[in-house]
Amino acid sequence: MDRNLDPSIVAERMQEPNIFRKDELEVVGQRTPKNKHLPDAFGLRAPPPAPRPWRGGSSSSSSTAPSLVDSLFQRSLDDLIKSLRSQPASAEPVLLSRALAEIRREIRSPDPDTKAVALQKLTYLSSIHGLDASWAAFHALELLPSPSPLHKRLAYLAASLSFHPSTTDVLPLSTHQLRKDLSPSSPPPFSSLALHLLSLSASPDLARHLASDLIPLLSPRASSTITNTKNNNNNSSPLRPKAAAAALRALSLCPDAVPLLFKPLVDCLSSPVPRIVSTAVGAFAELVSTTDPAPYLPLAPEFYRLLTDSRNNWVLIKLLKIFARLAPLEPRLAARLVDPLCDLLRRSSAQSLVFECVRTIFSGFPDHDHALRLAVDKVKEFLANDDDPNLRYLGLRALTMIGPRNSWAVEESRDSVIRSLADPDPDPNIRREALRLIMGMVFDTNVVEISVMLVNYAMKSDPVFANEILDAVLTTCGRNVYELIVDFDWYVSLLGEMVRNPHCAKGEEIERQLVDIGLRVRDARPELVRVARDLLIDPALLGNPLLCRILSAAAWVSGEYVEFSRNRLELVEALLQPRTSLLPPLVRAVYIQAVFKVLAFCFNSYIDQPEASQVSSLGNSTTGLGLTIECNAAAANCLSDDITGMESADGIASLLSSIEKKDPFFTCEYLSHILYLIETAVGPLSENADVEVQERARNVLGLIHMLKEIPVWKTEEEGFKKDKDNRIGKIMNLMRALFSEELGPVSVNAQKRVPVPEGLVLKENLADLAMILTEGDIAPSMSISFSLRSHQHMEIKDEAMPSVQSTSLLAEHRKRHGLYYLSAEKDDTESNDFPHALDPLLPGSHSDATEDLVKLTEQSLIPRKVKPTKPRPIVLKLDEGDGVSTSTSTTVKESKDDLLSGAIHDVLLGNEGKPSSSQKRSSNKSSGRRVKEVSDNSESVSQSKENLDLGDRENRSSRRSKHRSHDKERHRSSQNNEEKEEKSHRNSTRSSHHHERQKHRQRGEAPLNVVPQAPVIQDLLL
Amino acid sequence: MIHFVILISRQGKVRLTKWYSPYSQKERTKVIRELSGMILTRGPKLCNFVEWKGYKVVYRRYASLYFCMCIDADDNELEILEIIHHFVEILDRYFGSVCELDLIFNFHKAYYILDEILIAGELQESSKKTVARLIAAQDSLVETAKEQASSISNMIAQATK
Repeated sequence: MDRNLDPSIVAERMQEPNIFRKDELEVVGQRTPKNKHLPDAFGLRAPPPAPRPWRGGSSSSSSTAPSLVDSLFQRSLDDLIKSLRSQPASAEPVLLSRALAEIRREIRSPDPDTKAVALQKLTYLSSIHGLDASWAAFHALELLPSPSPLHKRLAYLAASLSFHPSTTDVLPLSTHQLRKDLSPSSPPPFSSLALHLLSLSASPDLARHLASDLIPLLSPRASSTITNTKNNNNNSSPLRPKAAAAALRALSLCPDAVPLLFKPLVDCLSSPVPRIVSTAVGAFAELVSTTDPAPYLPLAPEFYRLLTDSRNNWVLIKLLKIFARLAPLEPRLAARLVDPLCDLLRRSSAQSLVFECVRTIFSGFPDHDHALRLAVDKVKEFLANDDDPNLRYLGLRALTMIGPRNSWAVEESRDSVIRSLADPDPDPNIRREALRLIMGMVFDTNVVEISVMLVNYAMKSDPVFANEILDAVLTTCGRNVYELIVDFDWYVSLLGEMVRNPHCAKGEEIERQLVDIGLRVRDARPELVRVARDLLIDPALLGNPLLCRILSAAAWVSGEYVEFSRNRLELVEALLQPRTSLLPPLVRAVYIQAVFKVLAFCFNSYIDQPEASQVSSLGNSTTGLGLTIECNAAAANCLSDDITGMESADGIASLLSSIEKKDPFFTCEYLSHILYLIETAVGPLSENADVEVQERARNVLGLIHMLKEIPVWKTEEEGFKKDKDNRIGKIMNLMRALFSEELGPVSVNAQKRVPVPEGLVLKENLADLAMILTEGDIAPSMSISFSLRSHQHMEIKDEAMPSVQSTSLLAEHRKRHGLYYLSAEKDDTESNDFPHALDPLLPGSHSDATEDLVKLTEQSLIPRKVKPTKPRPIVLKLDEGDGVSTSTSTTVKESKDDLLSGAIHDVLLGNEGKPSSSQKRSSNKSSGRRVKEVSDNSESVSQSKENLDLGDRENRSSRRSKHRSHDKERHRSSQNNEEKEEKSHRNSTRSSHHHERQKHRQRGEAPLNVVPQAPVIQDLLL
Repeated sequence: MIHFVILISRQGKVRLTKWYSPYSQKERTKVIRELSGMILTRGPKLCNFVEWKGYKVVYRRYASLYFCMCIDADDNELEILEIIHHFVEILDRYFGSVCELDLIFNFHKAYYILDEILIAGELQESSKKTVARLIAAQDSLVETAKEQASSISNMIAQATK
């Protein structure tokens, strides 16, 4: 097919209105297809049809031939459709159920016509209206053998739409009919129907039974005989491609069929008829992409021939898909393919093919710079295509594919990527791809630029995408504990800006990062406090429920790092503003706690003022001497406490001086103002309904109350320190102790590092305890606890019980779960001291009890140890090939894939005399041989080849039972293969002679089943 | 491979569904509901691909009808667009300027045509002419069978009158 397949060009040629006429309103009631152009798509509906008691004579309607009474009143499909369309949508369920009842009745009719019409109606209802048709599977089956092509077609259609490979239980019943229709003697349309059904609904069993029937259809000879009967103008049967597709399905369902079907399928590749080649290539593309591609390597020369010969774009695309999977397995394949690929890339005008080339190069040939360059240029062309969103989207996709390894390519098209983001007519898909790409380009050098750009862009975009952007920025910047971020002041203010985004819904993440940065990055704290202040002060943010988490973080930050705050009064006012009532209680509690911290800080500062200034001067004067911070800490001053960790005295000095500049004096008035403010605002909260808020509020009020009781500080500014009581100093020291310890980040694994106290058994498995609980007889008392005391208690209760039956039950229980009971002697003694039992244990018995407890845990530990090891042996068994029956359903697919690719591997390598899945060689023997030969592996190239083959055979013999180990084996053998081939490649011609000889020997060994192409692989690859 | 083909009208009415991978009836209904919600809301100038549950859905709108095909993530989207267009062109040729109603009243014929184009989720026939010829051959086979039947049935119908 040479025609240009570019969809954009085709689309121009075929403008939509040409295909679907919009403007036809025709006479209703005439029933030929040509006259039914009712424009329902435009909201009009056909008027209800005239009532039709029976089907009329104008019969292009699907079924005629009524069989008297039954079908006389049967509604045809057309009638059904019309009645559905004439009623409003609300009446549809009623109509549908009525129609369904009708169908259920009619479908049982012995008359095939009636049955066929009923089936047709059901098919319609199930495929268009989504009604369940699985109940009628049997009726469809009944109609399959009908000699009438009409009925047969309907029956097959119904079957192919409603049969489900795993749930249709009558599926095996169709085997015979399918076989009959597949046979070369039946007319091709019938066979084609059967092939369709087989390709859609085949179960593994069906595929296994019918695999042999596909062979005649797949082989060129048989199809040519059919062709004679059909007399097509080109010399091919329409059935062969279909048979190839059906064979593909059969192969993937049932690997046993590989020896039968694979060779005919391979033969299809060399057929002169393009249609057959096309389907066969499609089938191989599907096989290669869904299973392990390694076994198909021997077919590479054939594929390569097709790639260079074929002019059909569909085929080329599929071939490229195959090569994209094969190329990573065989480096020399890539070297061979680069040139034809580049040729295609340059020459082809079909964008689909170009795109496939680009994708193949990006995924399979990342090391060929020339090809890569060409592909990247093509991608740029795609991206430059402003009027075709499809190409731009695909261009971005392609860049994502190449991104991580060749970031230069992305960097080159950066402008177009960013332009895609800011598209005036935005397509969410394109924008998302662009965003993904941009985030892939972020490094520590450009993170500032890109993030600012994105956050600004998020301001302008719609809510969903804005949040996607914010999310991307947050994740990228927060990755690996902010590894990209150098300037945290900038990042913190960026977080603040994100909050300003009206659509911001990333509260939780921003909250987490704000607090996290506070804990982790000491230097970012001043800026953090500034950002938090800006957030807290804004009354507009309080009403937004999405942001309350961020506000909570802001409140916490400004409370925790209040020493960096410039204006505490303002901060307190912000934290207590009336609109905080809009916040959820938990956030409010954080706010009040922050107020508490601020208050404590203010008083501390007030008390320590003279010392603080002293220290600051000290710090200033001693910078040159390199005085360390310890001396400051010794001054027992709150500021120095908070800043103990600061690196240099310099830092402290500048910090202090900056604070003093802004907030030089904690005067009495200042403090009493704050106190008053807090008291009035927090006071009402002590009655708050939420306990958390109430408790915090009461804490604050309690402190205020205490402070107010001390009159000293109000009056004697200088004198109170000399006051011997120094109560306020004591209170403040306490408060300081409360908050002085710095909080740090907690590692995710912190819990693990906590040493387990001696004697504490954490991993005690209580599962078997639960088992006892379900026993039900004496469970309740057991459930109380596992301690010794409750045991005694229970025993006593049981002793007191008069019922003999319960004691016998107990005895039985004790026998079964003896380890949970105390020893019998002990029971006796205890039952004797009945009154003592409820008393606290005596010291002696206490030690006994602990001993028992230890014993008990020891005992209960034993079965626990055994238990987890129980599945283990099964796993081991799987590896040894014994545990087939226990393999779980999840491994089924994997094993099937393995079976399939393994079988194909065998067929392609063609070492077996007879293509059958049964093995003559005993696994024992062959594995023994394999071991021996593997040990010889290094000796010569040809021998290693033999090893490989034998290894494979061995694998196959035991594949069923141990697909896991098989997988490993095959992996190794394919590695061997590669290694061997590479070695031979590097060696001189001598080794290739070896190969030639080896090839001949192979042929000699297995003349029957050698696929002609198989050995050619060496020719291509060497 | 193509996992399914769905034709949905602009109003969300299903016009044709074909499933190449096994889906139960419940899953089918769910898929249709999800996809129509996603695709019908997309604007006209957006790209024709939608990512959906690890698959890609390629769709194209012709007049009031959306043709949607679901493919694997590594399949070629542009190729599928071409297949959709191929299908539409064949429908157009067969019905003679096709419209939605043709598909509504001849839904089984649409299936037969689709079956000639795709098999097992793969393109089997890229020539419009061949498809047309195959369909015509099938139709004539059915027609002759129908004529035989209808001649008898006409007789019976007249006899019962």
